[in-house]
Amino acid sequence: MTKTPIRLTVNGVPHDIAVEPRRTLADALRDDCGLTGTHLGCEHGVCGACTVLLDGEVVRACLHFAIQADGRTIRTVEGLATPDGTLNPLQHAFWQHHGLQCGFCTPGFLMLATWLLEQEEPVDEARLRHVLSSNLCRCTGYQNILTAVRAAAQAIGKWTEAA
Amino acid sequence: MNWTGRRLPRTEDPALLRGEGAFTADLAAGARAVRFLRSPYAAGRILSITAPDLPPGALLITGADLEGVGAIRPELFRFNYRAIAQPVLPRERVHFVGQPVAAVVAATPEEAEDIAETILLDIEPEDPVVTIDDALRPGTPTLHAEAPGNLVVDGTIRHPDCEAAFARADRIVELTLRSGRQNATPMEARAGLAAYDRATGRIRLTASCQMPHMLRTGIATLLGMAEADLQIVAPDVGGGFGQKMALFPEYPLLVWLARRHRGSFCWVEDRNENLIASAHSREQRHHLRAAFAADGTLLGLEADILANTGAFSCYPTTCGVEPLMALAEYPGPYRLPTYAARARALATNTCPAAPYRGVSRPVVTFGLERLMDRAAAALGIDPVALRRRNLVTEFPHVTPTGLTLDQASYVEALDRAVEAADIPAFRTRQQAARREGRYLGLGLAVFNERTGYGTPAFAARGMGIVPGYEVVDIAMTPAGEVEVRIGASPHGQGLRTALAQLAADRLGLDPSRIRVIHGDTDRTPYGWGSFASRGAVIAGGATQLAADKLAARLRRAAARLLQAEPESIALRDGAAWAGEASIPLTEIARRVHQRSEQLSDLDGFNLAETAQYDPGGTFSNACHVAEVEVDAETGHVRVLRFLVVEDAGRLLNPLIADGQVHGGVAQGIANALLEEVLYAPDGNPLTGSLADYLPPSAAEIPPIEIIHMETESPETLTGAKGLGEGGTIGAPAAIANAISDALAPFGVDITELPATPARIRALIRNAR
Repeated sequence: MTKTPIRLTVNGVPHDIAVEPRRTLADALRDDCGLTGTHLGCEHGVCGACTVLLDGEVVRACLHFAIQADGRTIRTVEGLATPDGTLNPLQHAFWQHHGLQCGFCTPGFLMLATWLLEQEEPVDEARLRHVLSSNLCRCTGYQNILTAVRAAAQAIGKWTEAA
Repeated sequence: MNWTGRRLPRTEDPALLRGEGAFTADLAAGARAVRFLRSPYAAGRILSITAPDLPPGALLITGADLEGVGAIRPELFRFNYRAIAQPVLPRERVHFVGQPVAAVVAATPEEAEDIAETILLDIEPEDPVVTIDDALRPGTPTLHAEAPGNLVVDGTIRHPDCEAAFARADRIVELTLRSGRQNATPMEARAGLAAYDRATGRIRLTASCQMPHMLRTGIATLLGMAEADLQIVAPDVGGGFGQKMALFPEYPLLVWLARRHRGSFCWVEDRNENLIASAHSREQRHHLRAAFAADGTLLGLEADILANTGAFSCYPTTCGVEPLMALAEYPGPYRLPTYAARARALATNTCPAAPYRGVSRPVVTFGLERLMDRAAAALGIDPVALRRRNLVTEFPHVTPTGLTLDQASYVEALDRAVEAADIPAFRTRQQAARREGRYLGLGLAVFNERTGYGTPAFAARGMGIVPGYEVVDIAMTPAGEVEVRIGASPHGQGLRTALAQLAADRLGLDPSRIRVIHGDTDRTPYGWGSFASRGAVIAGGATQLAADKLAARLRRAAARLLQAEPESIALRDGAAWAGEASIPLTEIARRVHQRSEQLSDLDGFNLAETAQYDPGGTFSNACHVAEVEVDAETGHVRVLRFLVVEDAGRLLNPLIADGQVHGGVAQGIANALLEEVLYAPDGNPLTGSLADYLPPSAAEIPPIEIIHMETESPETLTGAKGLGEGGTIGAPAAIANAISDALAPFGVDITELPATPARIRALIRNAR
C-alpha cells in the first residue's frame, strides 16, 4: 500500500514519517515515532489506554488515523516528565497515592487527567468520576487513581467541593 | 529504621509513570509479525488449509509443519482425571471458536492480517457441545475419546456419617446456584516475542506471562529442545490475574519459528483474541444441601459441583483446578462436622478454563453465604447470629476436607464489620426507602482465603507438575548494594518494593540499596511465580531467610573487623555496629571481595547466599459488607457502599495491600453485576469486545472502605498471610446477599451471577 508523508509534532518534536492511510495514530506514535508509552488495550476505542492529546483535545489514538494528525501537535505520556526524568505533579501524585499497579493503563489515565486539569472548569467529585470513567483500569479498582487526581487538582487550586 | 509495614511508594512506578515501562509489544521493533488464524467453528473437521501465492518472505505454518512437536497434555493423578491433549496447531479437528489453526508470518502486523484474510480454511462443522447441560445430555458428542461423556474430572469426598446428619436435621436448606463465565481481562493482552541469537544458538522468548520458569520447561519439553537453550523473560507485564499462568499454544509456536527460521517473531494478541481464545473461568453450577439444627448449628453439607472447563486442560494446573478447589474448600470458615461432595469438570467446545483470581472460591463463597442467609430466614435466626454460631473459633482447626485452618479472626472480623456497617441505622434507611418505593439492601460475606501454600498442598491435588516452593538468591556487590534474585515473577503487585522493605530490615540497609531481580530465567533461580496469593508469604519468606543468612555473614565479617563477637553485632543504617564502634557495610563488602586475604577464612570469597521456603499455607480472612439500591423498574443495581474488614496478618506495605483489596473488590463487583462471557447455542462467542464484555469503570465502583486486622499466625515466616484474591472472593457474595435483601419484599433472591438488569427484572416479573 502506498505511503503518505506526514509531519507529527509530538511533545514539541517534529516527526517526519510516511504512513499508509490506514495506519492509526497509535501505531504511528509507537512504531514510527518510537514512543511506546502510548499503550493499546483494545483498539476498539473502549479502554482508553491509548489516550493522547491532539491539539489540546483528549482523543483515543487507536480511533484516529495518523494522516488525520498531519501537521498537528500531539502530547503523549513521554512529554509529562522533565527531560531528566523528574515526574510532574500529576505523575508524582499517582506515585505517592499508589494510583497504578501493573502500569499498563497508566499513560492513558495520565493524559486524560492532564486534559481534565487543564480545563477552565473546576473539578468536583462528580466531574472527576464522570471524566475518569472514560478509561478502564483492571488493577486498582479506581480508588487510588481518583485519589491521585483529586490530590493533583487540590494542589493547583482546581478542586471544588460539590455544590 | 523499620521499613516493613510502611506505606512506601513503589520503586516500580517512576518508569511506568514516564511511559518508559517495557511491555512485550514495546520491544517488537525489528521482529517479523505473527498472526494466528483461528477456528470460526466450535467443532469441526479440518479438510484443508490453502494459501494463494504468498508474497516473498511470508510464511504460512499449519499443524502439518509441526512434525515432532508435542501436544500440551498436563497430568493429574487423582480424582478420575482424564488427560486430554491440545496440539500446538491441530491437524484434524478444531474444538472451539478461536482455537489457533495456523499462523501467518509477514514483515508487519498489517501485512500478516492481509495475508491471513486470503487463507482458505476449509472446515466441516460438527455438532458442538457448549453448555453444562449439553455436556451432560445422554448421547451428546464426545470431544475427546480419552474422556467418555466429556467427563474430565470426577472427584468425590464423602463422609460416611453425612446421611445421618441430614436424617437428624431440624431443617434442610437447599440452593442451586449458577456462576457465569468470566475472562480475567488484563489490560495488556497476551504477547510473545521469540528471538534467535545467532551467536549462541539460544532463543529468548519475551512474554507477558506469570510463570516464566514453568513456561521454559513446558516449551522445551514440547519442542524437544534443550531447556538451557531457552531463556524466558517476563518484562513489564500488564496484569495477569491467573490468565497468564498457562502455557498457551501460541508461545511454543513462536519459539519453534525462531529456531526453525533463525530470526525474531512477535505476536501481540488483540482484544478480540483475548476475549475469545485466551482462557475463561468460573462457569459453574452448584447444588447445595445443608442440614441445620433448630438452634442454627450447621450439621452437615452436601455439594454437587459442575464446572464447564472448555475444550482443553490448562497447563500446569489442569482443568481440575476449578472443581477441585471448590470440592476442597466448601467448608469455608465454618465448623462443619460432616461433608459429602462430588465435583466434575466437563469438556465443551468453548475456550479452555484456567485459574482466575479467586479460583472457584468466589463461587463457593457465593454458595455458602447465600446458604447462610437462606438458612437464617428459614430458621428465623438473625443472619449475623447464625454465622457467629457456626464460625470456627478455635485454632488450629482441621476441616472435613483435611485442611488445617491456622490462627484467624473469623468472628472478630464479622463483629468489626457489623459494627462499622451500623446495621440498625441501615434498617431505618431501608424502611424509609421502601415507603418511597425504593429498594435498598445490605449483604454480608464472611470467608477465609487459603494463601501462601507450598508444595504439599499442590502435591495433595495429585498434579503432574507440582509448584509451591520459592528460591531466592541474594548477594551483596563489592560496592555494597544487594541483589535479590527471585524465582517468582510479579506483574503489577509491587513485590519489588515489598521484598526490598523486608530485606532492608534484615540487613540494616535503605531499600534504595536493594535491587529485586525477577522475570528472567537466565538471571533468577528456578521458581514458580505470582499466583494463589503467595508472593508476600513464599517469595517473602524465602527473601527473609536469604537476607538473614547474608546478615549472618556480614556480622561475622564485622566481628572480625571490629574485634567483637558476631552475636553482639547489630546491622543498622548501612553499617555494622559493635556498641559505639561501626564499620559501613560498603567497606565490609569491598574487603570481602577485594581484600579477601583478611576475611576469606570466615565464609569464602563472596557475600552470596541462597534460601528456599516451602510453607504449608495459611488462611487470611475477611468480612465484606455491601449496600445496594435496586431499581425495581429497570433491574439496575447501584452499589452505595462497600466495606471490607480484612485480616491478612502482618502487612508488609499497607499502601500496596489496600491496592490489592481495591482491585480485587472491583473485579468481584464486576463478577456480581456486569461481566459475563456469552456463547450462542452454536458455540460462537457473543462477547468479543470490551463494549460487550463489561469491565467496570470508575462510575460503577463505589468508594471502598478498608479496616485491617493483623492476626499473627505461626504458619508464615514474614507474618504476612497473602490477600491478592480476597477482594474477588467476597464481593460477589456480599452483593448477591445485598440484592436479595433489597428484593425480599418480592419474595425472590439471587442464585445466578452476574445479576444483570435482565435477570433481576425476570425475577421480579416472575414473582409478581
